[in-house]
Amino acid sequence: MKTSKIKLSRILLYAVLIFITLLMLIPFVWMLSASLKLDKDVFTFPIQWIPENPRWQNYKNIWTKIPLAKFILNTTKLTLIVTTLQILTSSFAAYAFAKLQFKNRNLLFLAYVATIAVPWQVYMVPQFMMMRSFGLNDTHLAIIFLQTFSAFGVFMMRQFYQGIPDELCEAARIDGMSEYKIYKRIMLPLSKPALSTLVIFTFVGTWNDFLGPMIYLKTESKKTLQIGLRMFISQYSSEYGLIMAASVISLIPVLIIFIALQKYFVEGIASTGIKG
Amino acid sequence: MENKNKESKIRQLTDKQKTELAELEATLIGLIDCVQTISVSKEKEKVLSNIAKTQKKIKHIKLGGILSKETKRNLVAYSFIAPNFIGFMVFTLGPIMFAFLLSFMKWDGNNAMDFVGINNFLRLTDDVRFKAAFVNTVVYSLATVPLTLLFALGLAIILNQKVKFRNVFRTASFFPYVASLVAVAAVWNMLFSPANGPVNMLLANLGVAVKNLPKWAADKHFAMLTVILFSVWKSMGYYMVIYLAGLQGISAEMYEAASLDGANSWQKFKSITWPMLQPTTFFVVVILTINCFKVYDQIYMITQGGPGTSTLVLVYHIYDTAFKSWDLGYASAISVVLFLLVLIVTLVQFKGEKKYANS
Repeated sequence: MKTSKIKLSRILLYAVLIFITLLMLIPFVWMLSASLKLDKDVFTFPIQWIPENPRWQNYKNIWTKIPLAKFILNTTKLTLIVTTLQILTSSFAAYAFAKLQFKNRNLLFLAYVATIAVPWQVYMVPQFMMMRSFGLNDTHLAIIFLQTFSAFGVFMMRQFYQGIPDELCEAARIDGMSEYKIYKRIMLPLSKPALSTLVIFTFVGTWNDFLGPMIYLKTESKKTLQIGLRMFISQYSSEYGLIMAASVISLIPVLIIFIALQKYFVEGIASTGIKG
Repeated sequence: MENKNKESKIRQLTDKQKTELAELEATLIGLIDCVQTISVSKEKEKVLSNIAKTQKKIKHIKLGGILSKETKRNLVAYSFIAPNFIGFMVFTLGPIMFAFLLSFMKWDGNNAMDFVGINNFLRLTDDVRFKAAFVNTVVYSLATVPLTLLFALGLAIILNQKVKFRNVFRTASFFPYVASLVAVAAVWNMLFSPANGPVNMLLANLGVAVKNLPKWAADKHFAMLTVILFSVWKSMGYYMVIYLAGLQGISAEMYEAASLDGANSWQKFKSITWPMLQPTTFFVVVILTINCFKVYDQIYMITQGGPGTSTLVLVYHIYDTAFKSWDLGYASAISVVLFLLVLIVTLVQFKGEKKYANS
């Protein structure tokens, strides 16, 4: 009697789980399926999930229809630079805020904390005017400056470093290690979960950023994948197969990064206190 | 007194520095002796410059000794912070202050700025589009926050149990969050296409009359709903991960004790899970609300603020005012309103949290 009740609740649990997972994934499956179809077949109903004659041509044509390779190259360049700089500078700063005593430490950290709650949209206008006065509008450098120095990265890394016992640093100091060495030899190797979390957020954020590049980048050869994709969608709004093929391509790098790092991810969120 | 002070400072030198200092002082005495016996002016000059150099070295070591504790420690720490902080000051903190200043100005970005006092803020009261954007932002948030929270919590509770393929399910539900918004919004637009989209086809198959089929993004009564559904679908995975982290902080013993007392699942949820998750829920609500106030990308991709002003939100209005009308001071005034909205919500929630913690 009791085991059958447990079994029933198990079945119900899996049913709910599979239903939600399907809801999350169906749009992607549909996207993949549509990317292999002729435009006229995209909306046939009932949905034909696996196309009879997959049209791989869509994946070939999209590269010539828009400068997709150029867009991908630009986005890759920006994403790699921003992610590297962000990881380095924020973990560097976070180490000082977590483990070193110095004048005005709390005041300086307060500046970071206070800005986390200020939406970027509040200062995007003055920021744009400032960058323009530096001669940086329509340059990739503007996007790099925009994305690299986030308060969030410093805050997150500091939360994580605070969880590492001070004794570890003290012992190293007594052994005569310099602070730079302690950071490099002890803190960095210990912070893999937090670094992975920050890598995912920064990588995904920069790769997918839309409003930033839209405001700053005007020259076509400098544009990023997301604006390129958006441009293509509004210009060729009925080329469904091609739109979906380009969309699938734009998701691949993020998928790779996410799957590669996801085992650290929940751990990272749990140990950095971004759960509150 | 002064001498004693100097002595104590010198005592902070390392042994190595002390020997070096002693050697230098000996050299100095030697050089001074030497200089008195030399009469050739060229040689004398050379020795004198040597004396000056040695004195400089001694001073450097002594001062270095003084620096070493307090100032040196500060300098090391600042060297850690500088790469990030300088960028942060120039590209974030500076523009934030500039934004507040600009909200009292009239500026088209090219000519000189004019100080207009609170005129920009007075203008807001007559601005129909601003009012619509304000109301829409609030409506969007009031619907999106509880819906996302509910789904995220439910899914997290399921995925915190021992189920097969747990990691696959977790990854699957997180994926919409990391996927590019432009790409998934394109799919969404097709799925919800009024004429032949699969969603309406499905509804028609379920017996909804063709004339009653919603026009989704094209219908001013359904446009906001379309955006809300999209947002909940896209971001619930992220909040689910935060809830998962929170759930992992609750000890299994509490549930075991409750089971022994014969509590059912609902009772366990009500008296253990929900109260223990209060800090997480508080955090999720704050972050979620702030993110809702910032909504822009999905509006741009799905409805462009329309039809009419039915999905116009604050950030959309800021963007249009700034980069289409080049009315930068006025755009900044709307930004300040957005900032105040975020501030008020955060403060109210913090206060509520405190009250909860005390009771």
